[in-house]
Amino acid sequence: MSVPLLDWASDRALRVRFADTISDAAHDDVRRALAAFERAPVPGQVNLHPAHASILVVVDPLAATAEAVEAAVRATLHAADDLELPEPRLVEIPVCYEPPYALDLDDVARRAGISIDEVVRAHAGALYRVDFLGFAPGFPYLSGLPERLATPRRTEPRIRIPAGSVAIAGSQAGIYPVEIPGGWNVIGRTPRVLFPPPLLRVGDRVRFLPIPADAFR
Amino acid sequence: MSRLLVLAPGAIATIQDLGRPGFGPLGISTAGAADPLSLRAANRLVGNPEDAPAIEMALGGAAFAFEGDAVVAVAGADLACGIAPFTATAIASGEKLRFGWAKRGSRAYLAVAGGFVLDRAFDSASVHVWSGLGGRPLAKGDVLEVVPGRGTRRPANLDTAQRAAIEASIFRKELRVTWGPQASWFSEAERERFVATPWTVGDAIDRMGLRLEGLAIALAHPRELLTEGAPLGAIQVPDGGRPIVLFVEHQTTGGYPKIANVVSADLAALGQLRPRDTIRFLPVSFEAARRLLEVPG
Repeated sequence: MSVPLLDWASDRALRVRFADTISDAAHDDVRRALAAFERAPVPGQVNLHPAHASILVVVDPLAATAEAVEAAVRATLHAADDLELPEPRLVEIPVCYEPPYALDLDDVARRAGISIDEVVRAHAGALYRVDFLGFAPGFPYLSGLPERLATPRRTEPRIRIPAGSVAIAGSQAGIYPVEIPGGWNVIGRTPRVLFPPPLLRVGDRVRFLPIPADAFR
Repeated sequence: MSRLLVLAPGAIATIQDLGRPGFGPLGISTAGAADPLSLRAANRLVGNPEDAPAIEMALGGAAFAFEGDAVVAVAGADLACGIAPFTATAIASGEKLRFGWAKRGSRAYLAVAGGFVLDRAFDSASVHVWSGLGGRPLAKGDVLEVVPGRGTRRPANLDTAQRAAIEASIFRKELRVTWGPQASWFSEAERERFVATPWTVGDAIDRMGLRLEGLAIALAHPRELLTEGAPLGAIQVPDGGRPIVLFVEHQTTGGYPKIANVVSADLAALGQLRPRDTIRFLPVSFEAARRLLEVPG
């Protein structure tokens, strides 16, 4: 495990950073840290917010001094240095890339300068990794999007994005687990329920399988 | 078995307890009551555990009818409703409680001795409004069953000094902040403007975040932040430069730079801000922020 940088993001949230960029090594560090803090919480621990290359450890500021929390975090991470990570699961997620589900597929194809079929082939041809669940309950941040599909966020976020919407923003792929507002580009929809209960967890590998509209139900 | 009938939810009314800590790895923020100090006080007054679910009413206009006798308490914002605030009151079967509009603050908590019979999701009865986790806001015609009995604890009285201490904590307009993890991304001049500016709370009463109007705050140089965990009370600065204070239903992670973070001691005060309120930020050290928790007020 790389030596993490610790700093306080608030008086109750310690930021533990392994790297400033997305990498396999940083992801494994986050997975190890998450497993370690879930198994052996630090004094006053109330929550954990894992991300691409960092994890935020939220504590009750009345339960322990800042120094005690930092020391416990360092000790826990040191002990987790050689933690064996379980083999990632592979989860296959069927996606319909057709109207009326593929709200922004035309835009994504136009920006990439390729046909709609090529967008679908590229998106469904890649293997993704669940870096973390964040933003909203059960929302997976997936790394592994083919570079040519990178598309900026929509300038006007939608008020409601239907549950199951498969979307991309920047170099990220994701799936909207519940109907919420959002600004990602929607290129399809899955009939699988992502939440609740949460279908995916940190470290899973994901593949998308194209399905026709009449198979959607 | 007593029951509470919702005659009107007012602006918005939801069931809230102290939230669901521990589910951050699933993308679920702790959430819970917008003003936990008032929720705890209302519960203590009627002899409930401090974390029992109660009704969080925003801005006012809610009305309830009781079938069967009950003991209730209201704490938080002053929403005139015919019973004394911060006091346990016996309600006879058939009586109604009608709440006016907040004269001070924005949210009040109605606790009933014994608590309500509720479903729980992820260990909490809290309603997470924007994602739908835990249910939906209360609607006209909803019926809440009251748990039989009279609460599991001895009801506590709040004396004048205790009530004054709570009100001093929750009705603050000057919020103490610590500098955020990306504070150094802003020039010293921008950070000074952030502190000197009186900020206006936006029009929406929203548990996810408070939009602030005032000056636009600009980064010294355009920079991309790798998405990272976002704490409660973080003040993030999106591309347009209009700060947003992440509130109880905040997203668990975010990619916007965070210039500052409201201190734990002032989080309940965020829950009592109203649309168009003017607030200021006062930077303090992390040590000072922690000390504020030991001496409320």
